[in-house]
Amino acid sequence: MLILTCPYCGVRADETELAPGGEAHVARHGPGASDEAFEAYLFLRANPRGLHYERWRHAHGCGKWFHAARDTVTMGVVGTYPAQVTEPPAELSRPRGS
Amino acid sequence: MFDAATTKETTRFEGLVTVEDTGLAGMITIRGARSEIGGAMSDTVGLPVPETLRVTTDGRRSLAWMSPDELMLFCGHEEAADLAARLAEATARAHALILDMSDARTLFTLTGAEASLREVLAKLTPADMRTQAFPRGMIRRTRLAQVSGAIWWADDGSLRVMCFRSVADYVRGLLCHAAHPASWVGHFRD
Repeated sequence: MLILTCPYCGVRADETELAPGGEAHVARHGPGASDEAFEAYLFLRANPRGLHYERWRHAHGCGKWFHAARDTVTMGVVGTYPAQVTEPPAELSRPRGS
Repeated sequence: MFDAATTKETTRFEGLVTVEDTGLAGMITIRGARSEIGGAMSDTVGLPVPETLRVTTDGRRSLAWMSPDELMLFCGHEEAADLAARLAEATARAHALILDMSDARTLFTLTGAEASLREVLAKLTPADMRTQAFPRGMIRRTRLAQVSGAIWWADDGSLRVMCFRSVADYVRGLLCHAAHPASWVGHFRD
């Protein structure tokens, strides 16, 4: 069972209280972008083995979107952080495979 | 025009705990930054603004935390419209939303031994119902089986359960079923 702590209300929320929002920090490409960039924005995802940054919404709770850093191999949660950033905080970043 | 009612049937179920329909209550949604509207709102309602995951009450009205920018005011059903209008006037200069939502949700009151109350709710929600995670005075918005709900402790030690009125019959069934005398587990201790 995946349990994430909502960074807004501090509630330790079970996975079933949350709505998943897919990979985080995907660069947005809209009108004027090349076809390749738009395709990457819409469809291409990293799907890494290891540390993964994700978007989640505290749907059955305070309703806020937030980010989570999670290891896809161990299912361990590295941390959660607010949605108003474009990249993960330094303390939740680590070299791949470490 | 239909008369306002909370559920189709009057609920009173006695089992591990007693499940009752709390009846009609005024419920006013207050949305806005605490720093902008907290003072004016607190003066109008006569209650302090609750901390995160807390409820403040004077026995007559209660102010519950709902999200970082949302509060729910519980008051008498008949005074809700007037109170909402006064709140809207008091916060008119701020970026805020005040709305009488009394018909949107239903309240249930659960009374009984604290351990039994925790046990009945633990059957329905993934939220941690242990004392250290859900102490008296706390409100927890969570999931009750398949729908959203909120649970909090009233001053008298009873438990309040709130859900949308559209799923009130479903939640009433859930609560009565979870409180059935034959479903005792005994995981929580007084």
